[in-house]
Amino acid sequence: MANLYSIFRKELRSYFTSPIAYVIISIFLVLSGYFFYTNLIYFVLWGGADVTAGLWQFLFHDMRLFLLLMVPLITMRLFAEEKKLGTIELIATYPIRDIEILFGKFLACLAMLVLMLALAFLYPALLYPIHSFNIAPVLAGYLGLFLLGCAFISCGMLVSSLTENQIVSAMVTFGLLLLFWFVSWNEAAASPMVSQILLRVSLFDRFYHFARGVIDTKDLVFYFLFTGFFLFLTLRSLESRRWRGLR
Amino acid sequence: MIEVEGLIKYFGSVRAIDDVSFKVERGEVVAFLGPNAAGKTTTMRILTCFFPPTSGNVRVAGFDVIKDSLEVRRRIGYFLERVPLYPDMSVFRFLNFVSEVKGVDKRERTRHIAKVMDDCGLAEVSGKLIGNLSKGYRQRCGIAQALIHDPEVLILDEPTIGLDPEQVIEIRELVKNLAGRRTVLLSTHILSEASMICQRVIIINEGRIVASGSPDELTTELQRSSRISAQIKGPRDRVIERLEKIRGVISVEARGLVSPNVFQYLIESRKDLDVRAKVSSTVHKNDWGLLEMRQVGMTLEEIFVKVVSGER
Repeated sequence: MANLYSIFRKELRSYFTSPIAYVIISIFLVLSGYFFYTNLIYFVLWGGADVTAGLWQFLFHDMRLFLLLMVPLITMRLFAEEKKLGTIELIATYPIRDIEILFGKFLACLAMLVLMLALAFLYPALLYPIHSFNIAPVLAGYLGLFLLGCAFISCGMLVSSLTENQIVSAMVTFGLLLLFWFVSWNEAAASPMVSQILLRVSLFDRFYHFARGVIDTKDLVFYFLFTGFFLFLTLRSLESRRWRGLR
Repeated sequence: MIEVEGLIKYFGSVRAIDDVSFKVERGEVVAFLGPNAAGKTTTMRILTCFFPPTSGNVRVAGFDVIKDSLEVRRRIGYFLERVPLYPDMSVFRFLNFVSEVKGVDKRERTRHIAKVMDDCGLAEVSGKLIGNLSKGYRQRCGIAQALIHDPEVLILDEPTIGLDPEQVIEIRELVKNLAGRRTVLLSTHILSEASMICQRVIIINEGRIVASGSPDELTTELQRSSRISAQIKGPRDRVIERLEKIRGVISVEARGLVSPNVFQYLIESRKDLDVRAKVSSTVHKNDWGLLEMRQVGMTLEEIFVKVVSGER
């Protein structure tokens, strides 16, 4: 546990001693702030009475894209950088369990994600005093973004653990995440059974429920399983060093 | 402290380590000597649990590197040849991180880090980012992270490579001072270094141990002839002719002109016969001048070349 915390602190500090954290967080805020503004204008001009359906839903859809854009840039360095620098050999020969390394890094990324979302909570906080609305669906939307972010992070970690090139790591993560998004778009071409499966594994179709303020246990379980599965694969990928070549 | 038995390591179909067995006792300082790509780093990576052996028994401090890898890693300090470090951490923060994960007692941590930084000459750069340090300081940082938890076993992969002579001496002193208290296995391809700080040398080539013993043992074991260097004033050809007639002399070779009419000679003779007295009397009889004469030992370099090239 103590080791996990040490790794967590090291990773988080590394985001903030380099410009990465500042750049990513500010770009996320600039983009989501701009889209909050345009969505708000749109809602004021043409929206209906329902703020959730008319404003927040769209903002969450937009923020989901920015997360897709930002998270692979956060996760790309996690293991790729350690391999490139050779420091992987350092931490691999320290008395740290692989699982502690895994969760230390995962939690550091989660902290970045939470920070981004917490800062982006400024938008509802600004609007509320002017025009009060039901806050619960908005919270559901943020929960959805958080869960989606967790899934992105776990996917990015796996990719990062497989390469020592950060660019490759980011590109492959982008590719995988986009695939998980588009996989359900071609419903017409797939047979009914396959399309049912595709719809269910799509990361983004689940998110629409959250964006509308609906928390469905099915969706919760899906995101937990997705994240857990990718973390498990990452752990296996880390551990493989310890048994590969063993006879 | 370190027991290696029948160690074999394949990379794909390449046999990087081929049936290596050795032991290092507690408190010993042993050098692992060999040309590049001989298998030194691979062996060390197995000892430090970075990757497993293909087969063979490897135990460090009594623990198996595969079954009790965590226990092994608690007891070792490892200096890596590439000196990988986190460039965006300051020296103090890095050592603090390392002492945390290596389980240095929390109350003693700060004092401990200060002491190690002092020993390694890092105190004046403690607040600097590692990425901004010079090669010498990075190297010390690498040593400091290996020493930080007072490990029972130190495994140092080329600890002095790329340093300036003064720093090399400092690092050697540091390692020397560890002898007796710590078990040290260090790899090097600088032979004088091995003979200077190590009690025992293991020479490895192409994944196999080709010789092992103390530097003195290796010298006597491998030396077939004894050699004398002499400066003699006199006509070169006649000197060679006469000296070669002495019983026990195998060959005489002129090594160059020292001053007018004075040549440097290398006289090789049988190991069991000391020919120095005969040489001096021969010179005397012919009325030449004997300006210098000394026995030349075999350097570790020569032993190394001999062993590695397979000529014994």
